[in-house]
Amino acid sequence: MIEFRSVSKRFPDGTLAVQDFSLVLPSHKTTVLVGSSGSGKTTLLRMINRMVDPTSGSVEIDGEDIASLPPVKLRRGIGYVMQNSGLLPHRTVLDNVATVPLLRGTPKRQARADALAMLDTVGLDRALADRYPSQLSGGQQQRVGVARGLAVNPNILLMDEPFGAVDPIVRAELQQELVRLQKELDKTVVFVTHDIEEAFLLGDQIVILREGGRIAQVGSPADLLARPADDFVASFVGADRGRRVLHVERHGDGNVVVDSDGRLAGVLNGEPVAGTSAGSSAGSTPGAEGDR
Amino acid sequence: MTWVLANLGLIWARTLDHVVLSLPPIVICFVIAVPLGWFARRYRVSRGIILTGAGLLYAVPSLPLIFVLPAVIGTSLLSPVNVIIALTLYGIALMVRVVADGLDSVDADVRQSASAMGYSTWSRFWQVELPLSGPVLLAGMRVVAVSTVSLVTVGAVIGVQSLGSLFTDGFQRGIQAEIIAGLVATVALALLFDGALVLAGRVLMPWTRRVAPPKPSVPLEVSAA
Amino acid sequence: MNLFASAIAWILDPANYVGLNAIPLRIGQHLVFSLVTLVFASAIAIPLGYLIGHTGRGRGLAVTTSGGLRAIPTLGLLTLVALWVGIGVVAPYVALTVLAIPPILAGAYTGFEAIDRRTIDAARAVGMSELQIVRKVELPLGLPLLIGGLRSATLQVIATATLAAYVADLGLGRYLFSGLKTRDYAEMLGGSILVILLALALEGIFALIQRFVVPRGVSGRPGTAPKLRTGSSAAAR
Repeated sequence: MIEFRSVSKRFPDGTLAVQDFSLVLPSHKTTVLVGSSGSGKTTLLRMINRMVDPTSGSVEIDGEDIASLPPVKLRRGIGYVMQNSGLLPHRTVLDNVATVPLLRGTPKRQARADALAMLDTVGLDRALADRYPSQLSGGQQQRVGVARGLAVNPNILLMDEPFGAVDPIVRAELQQELVRLQKELDKTVVFVTHDIEEAFLLGDQIVILREGGRIAQVGSPADLLARPADDFVASFVGADRGRRVLHVERHGDGNVVVDSDGRLAGVLNGEPVAGTSAGSSAGSTPGAEGDR
Repeated sequence: MTWVLANLGLIWARTLDHVVLSLPPIVICFVIAVPLGWFARRYRVSRGIILTGAGLLYAVPSLPLIFVLPAVIGTSLLSPVNVIIALTLYGIALMVRVVADGLDSVDADVRQSASAMGYSTWSRFWQVELPLSGPVLLAGMRVVAVSTVSLVTVGAVIGVQSLGSLFTDGFQRGIQAEIIAGLVATVALALLFDGALVLAGRVLMPWTRRVAPPKPSVPLEVSAA
Repeated sequence: MNLFASAIAWILDPANYVGLNAIPLRIGQHLVFSLVTLVFASAIAIPLGYLIGHTGRGRGLAVTTSGGLRAIPTLGLLTLVALWVGIGVVAPYVALTVLAIPPILAGAYTGFEAIDRRTIDAARAVGMSELQIVRKVELPLGLPLLIGGLRSATLQVIATATLAAYVADLGLGRYLFSGLKTRDYAEMLGGSILVILLALALEGIFALIQRFVVPRGVSGRPGTAPKLRTGSSAAAR
């Protein structure tokens, strides 16, 4: 469990990136921080591995204040995946994945064997092991980045817009891959994005941030869609706009789901049931994707 | 200091000699390097040949070059022309690469949109590519100006008069003030040329003037480990 | 071309291969002098440059000083130091070390600076200590630009060592000045040709070294997967 206790961060140039932020991030769940630029989402993420230290307040991991932990040691125990992969350009794929285990003192032979196995886990061909990052596609680099983040089998995985720089088709592929991985590995994932679709797809808990790291709303995707706290959240999740406000229309023998602009969003299978999952399932239909 | 006050006339005369030796190389090398740099960029083969040649030329030490030039072009050993030609060659050697790099630095989108608007190759070069590579060219010319002013002094050891003569004369006669005066005057002249180029850049390239200091992008502050 | 013929005859003259003025001896002197100067300058400039490059502090000062030093004419510095310390090899050593520092310093810190900030950020985020970042990331990736700095420093020192013969009996420049004194153009021209050849040979060697020290993976070797990343290739120039 990760807990932010009334954390604030003011950078030396005077910007207040985060203001009195408190939140609990449950273990083995994916928490997605969503916000536009300037919302402090990356700053918050980087506080978890002490790449940024809060000006006031504290961050705790499993009840322990991380300010008391040496940053380098802390970082070696937390997986980190960033946009543009951040791979070392002068090291091969395999050496990149093995970087952190080697830093932690794992014997070279073992570290390389583990790294090779990790390539399988993230769905990379072992034949790529001896390539350099510049010889990979963007999607492959991102997979290597994930493999490196997972290489020490950390409990916590921090992901800073990891799929932001790849094209939409590859992004969708990587997102599905992450969903699969998370089912398998059950990590505590903290994911930063500005893409609400991505948040709905990956998040168990979604945190919508306003400017300056203030929380607009926290909840499951369905919570946010069904009960947006205010107009800001409603507009952010798209609940006020056509494509998330759906209704059922009778079409021949079946029911089709149509958005408020009258565009077809999907087919309704069976009768509508009571519950709150309608929003999230509609979010991943092809109609919604095509709107991006 | 007393030496300086007593010899202001000499210092001024040597400064004028220095300007006469250093201005022509700075101007001529630019005039020659622009078309040469353009040509270097135009074809794969010409790029390799011209840029390699420029690199080798730049590697030739100045004093030996001044000694060799008379044998190649038939001037007398003590002629100031040798110094001017040698320094022009260095200027070209440096600027050809700068011009090629500067033209490379022009955004391909801008280049294509200029063509799409109907610029001919010729007008596109003069009105789009050359002005846009201006900042790179300016940086190159500043290096050329400063190093030319500095290198002119080398000619003094074979008797071509410039501020460098204050070094040789001060050294032989043991007058420290004379050498220091020469150093200060040379550096001042270099800074003057440099300043003139910066000023010219501001006048000719108003779009590069900063309106406000750039804001720091995403803060990547890192806690002390 | 008659002049060149006499210069080549001078270079090949067996009389110039014996005694204290022998050509091989002079070449050796020139090289040793240059090498020692470069070692002195590197010992000062490389650690300082790495410190500036890693911390980002003192950069403005380094840029200004390097730029200012470039404006200082070598001959002036050389004669001034020679007046202070007397005729002999000390003055050239001091003057040339001072002159060789700026390019090496610039090579060291720009080598670090040219590295993609995100690469270093990521290295820190996965738990490298500052020392490990310097050793495992910045040093190898900054090497090509450092070698570039050493290359310009070497060229400058070889060239200026010729000039150093004006204040000390040193290296190949001696032929230029003694030829000048006795109006022996063959000697001047022969000596000049030797210096030029030496400089070009070193330039060639450095060009080769520079090609080899670019870390694999950064050089963008053709024939493999398309190169998609552009951010980190700055170090390759």
